[in-house]
Amino acid sequence: MQASERNIKLGPNGKPIRYYQVPKTLGGKLKAWRYMILRRILQFSTLLLFYGTFNWEWKLFERPVLSGNLSGSEILGLIPLADPFAVLQILLTGHWLENSVLIGALIVLAVYALIGGRVWCAWVCPINPVTDFAGWLRNRLGIANAISFNRNLRYTILVLTLVLSALTGVAAFEWVSPISMAHRGVVFGLGLGWMAVAGIFLFDLMILKHGWCGHVCPLGAFYAQVGRVAQLRIAFDTPTCTHCGECARVCPEPQVLNLKKASVAHMVASGECTNCGRCVTVCPEDTLKFDLRSHIKRSSITEPESVLPKEEKTI
Amino acid sequence: MNKSEKARRQFLTRIGQGVAMAATGGLIWSYLIKEQANAAVLAIRPPGALDEPDFLAKCIKCGQCVVDCPYDTLMLAAPGDQAPIGTPFFKPRDIPCYMCEDIPCVKACPTGALDPALTDIDDARMGLAVIDIENCLSWLGLRCELCYRVCPLMDRAITTETNPRKISKHAMFVPIVHSDACTGCGMCEEACPTQEAAIRVLDPSLVQGKIGEHYRLGWKIDTKVTQDFKPVPRKGKGTKRPQGPAPGQDYLNEGISYD
Repeated sequence: MQASERNIKLGPNGKPIRYYQVPKTLGGKLKAWRYMILRRILQFSTLLLFYGTFNWEWKLFERPVLSGNLSGSEILGLIPLADPFAVLQILLTGHWLENSVLIGALIVLAVYALIGGRVWCAWVCPINPVTDFAGWLRNRLGIANAISFNRNLRYTILVLTLVLSALTGVAAFEWVSPISMAHRGVVFGLGLGWMAVAGIFLFDLMILKHGWCGHVCPLGAFYAQVGRVAQLRIAFDTPTCTHCGECARVCPEPQVLNLKKASVAHMVASGECTNCGRCVTVCPEDTLKFDLRSHIKRSSITEPESVLPKEEKTI
Repeated sequence: MNKSEKARRQFLTRIGQGVAMAATGGLIWSYLIKEQANAAVLAIRPPGALDEPDFLAKCIKCGQCVVDCPYDTLMLAAPGDQAPIGTPFFKPRDIPCYMCEDIPCVKACPTGALDPALTDIDDARMGLAVIDIENCLSWLGLRCELCYRVCPLMDRAITTETNPRKISKHAMFVPIVHSDACTGCGMCEEACPTQEAAIRVLDPSLVQGKIGEHYRLGWKIDTKVTQDFKPVPRKGKGTKRPQGPAPGQDYLNEGISYD
């Protein structure tokens, strides 16, 4: 066997494994960071619209642009929006609500059911920049986990939220939610809310990787369930995958990139996927792409010969 | 103990541990909620706020009432404020409620935590003004009556009574709050010229007593009880007073003569 052949590892599809190269040019870097940049723009501009409408009285067509905060709001004084998880908690306290907030919650629920439940987490939630920064920093510093939890802990907390809402008579998560404290704080005044945000940052940085968003947050758990039916998904092109593992290394929820399941479904089917797009940009083979669930299903039917990987390994 | 029984025991222990963790977490969590809910009496709520337990349940903490308040009266409670997190409240001494006739805060509320049935702002009950008569200038004998003048329900929510001032010939004009009309807007508290407000708006449950059902105010002829009351006619000889010593023993004063 020749030396050159020995150094090249082959993937299960028989092709040589390549790895992600950080682009050297600025243009290449911006392209690689495109989803991250878009996410930050959406996250901060949402907060800015709330802030501007309240503090600077921003108006469009003589109407307030975006009034309220992420728990409940109104676009141009016409279209109500509401946090469906908060509304669910309030309904469980045994209180019926006005139509406005119920319609708002249904609108938000419908949108996330279409584009992916946890799109909220990666693209809108104000805590995401905080935990992303903590995750980036802990990688840089090489900090190991101090504790470990099963990622399903969040579903226990989700159930606990609903049970406590019914028992205590108030929306249980809304009363302690650091997410709400953060976005309310940005718009209406932070008070001691920075403590909660700092707490999450330290927890994610020093204690547990992806600790808050990946293990604890019941709102993310709620949206993970919404995302089970979502249309917008990460499509998985099985024949091109060399199992290099780059996607799982950058993924904040790496369990969703189970390549065995992905090669059968031709997509990342799990609702826990946040549609952040990290895997799309690092995949050296362009195996992963944003696509619609219905489109993925149709194309998988028209390609019956699609090759399953020989080595069905879970990463 | 065979292998399967050991596995079964371990399985049951795991479940027990999981339940215990969830229960412990749930108890601490409920405690945090309870503690916050207890702070609710310190917060003066926007007009139309439902009774506190219902208000706390239905308020989604969106702040749309705060956005639509034209006087920047309302605030959303941040962690550390004297109100449950995220709920709207105001500090009358800083900015009172100016009692907008169209009540924009109630219209902005998407959940009904601020009752849409409130259409007349005079029916709002945000709190109750209470006067510290030891430090009220008017009650001390000076001319002030600012609270009376600024009250949007003058002569209904706050009236003045004239009392003679001791020693001098001047009259005192003392303000008196009437709970049946006071909306708790707090304009009096803002206007009060003393260093610390001598009239302030508080949650009625902190200051209002309750006499209970068993008292009969017989001299108040307009009370229902008195109107219904008809004297039972005495048996025997008309209205003649009973003779002899009154019933009951006067043993404490035995041996004392009153002549």
